[in-house]
Amino acid sequence: MIEFKLPSLGADMDEGKLLEWKVRPGDTVKKGQVVAIVDTSKAAVDVESWSEGTVFELLIEPGETIPVGTVMATLLEAGESAETAKRTKHEVPVAKPAAPTPAPAAAAHPAPAVTGRRRISPAARKHAEELGVDIESVAGTGPEGSVTLADVEQAAAKKVSPARTATAPDKTPDKAAEMRKAIAAAMSRSKREIPHYYLSEPVPMRRATQWLAQANEGRPITSRLLMAVLQLKAVALALKKFPEMNGFFRDGAFQPSVAAHIGVAISLRQGGLIAPAIHDVGGKTLEQLMLDLTDLVKRARAGSLRSSEMSDPTITVTNLGEQGVAAVYGVIYPPQVALVGFGRVNDQPQVENGALTVMPMVTASLAADHRVSDGHRGALFLAELRDLLQQPENL
Amino acid sequence: MEEKELRAVVVATLKTIAPEVEDAELRPDRPLRNQVDLDSMDWLNFLIGLHEKLKVDIPEADYARLVTLGDVLDYLKAKLK
Repeated sequence: MIEFKLPSLGADMDEGKLLEWKVRPGDTVKKGQVVAIVDTSKAAVDVESWSEGTVFELLIEPGETIPVGTVMATLLEAGESAETAKRTKHEVPVAKPAAPTPAPAAAAHPAPAVTGRRRISPAARKHAEELGVDIESVAGTGPEGSVTLADVEQAAAKKVSPARTATAPDKTPDKAAEMRKAIAAAMSRSKREIPHYYLSEPVPMRRATQWLAQANEGRPITSRLLMAVLQLKAVALALKKFPEMNGFFRDGAFQPSVAAHIGVAISLRQGGLIAPAIHDVGGKTLEQLMLDLTDLVKRARAGSLRSSEMSDPTITVTNLGEQGVAAVYGVIYPPQVALVGFGRVNDQPQVENGALTVMPMVTASLAADHRVSDGHRGALFLAELRDLLQQPENL
Repeated sequence: MEEKELRAVVVATLKTIAPEVEDAELRPDRPLRNQVDLDSMDWLNFLIGLHEKLKVDIPEADYARLVTLGDVLDYLKAKLK
């Protein structure tokens, strides 16, 4: 029996609210498949399964707020059957009573519905009964036309009198305040636990800007590259030689990561920021990275990210130069051990071959964890990053 | 396309990137990226939006000419002639 627990989707998350199950008892689940949508203070996250199996029981109802680590569902392993699986009593952390009366577990319902029928989640059906909505008349907007809680609520809002809707729980808590609180918690922990050191290096950008202009000249606007992807790729390649900047510090020890899953700091228009990962940046072409970055920014702003993107970043890159600052000295996002910052690219007076010249420059900075690396290695890392950006054709 | 109509298309495209934009508050003579918080990804998406709606090509070499809302409107007007 596999226990599917609510994963931590970052140092700043300690609870989540289940919005929707994407699976039902009897469904087979593959590794990486999205099984639930969970609302955190930052986004509605598509939570993926880390193992394969068949859904046995769903233990949490949509609408419930639960702490990280709570068993949300159980899966049967290959060869296991409902009969052979002895369900053990789980140590479930006490959930906040989000719903006054906990709904019966979805598993209490009989076998999964026959395929071809309308897909209606047990929670949606129950909610429809509570609100006096005819579930069969509700149009489904979920996957494969499934009827979601939101559909039921929308249908109810159309028919129910204002007095009735006024009793519905407030569905829009102050997200900005929640996010500020989450960022405060993670950053306080970072500054409390991580002995940061900071380094910066001016990086000539003439070759990179010229290469980029040339590369974009022949491209339609829809497939042009941004400087950010060259910077991300250069960071990933530099990390190959400096593994002590890439990974997690957990339980008193550093766990390096082979792949560079780079968290990209994305500011949100309503305030706050989020730094989801682009996976294995070193193994991707610039074109692929551009597609990934475009997609990631779009989804981050729309509040739709995957759990692996939230929990996997092994280092963060922030590009505050966009806002016009010369350099950024970042706060490491635990349990990561380093953060690379880029300031704005602008023309600077430089000495080249003994003569004064004008050169586009950027300040690359590193905030790193002194428990894992020393300034000397940090300096060599920045030098490697600088050198890589001098050979944009090799990125 | 009338200038008023063109402006409406440009502002609508801008709003898909930055929904908080208030049309009446946009000054045509100030740098757009200072008035609206647009990073280079937002800027690229804004230009892609204009390209798709108006079927105009906007080479990267022309980005430097597109500073204010007025610049963008003048540039598009010339392209659409």
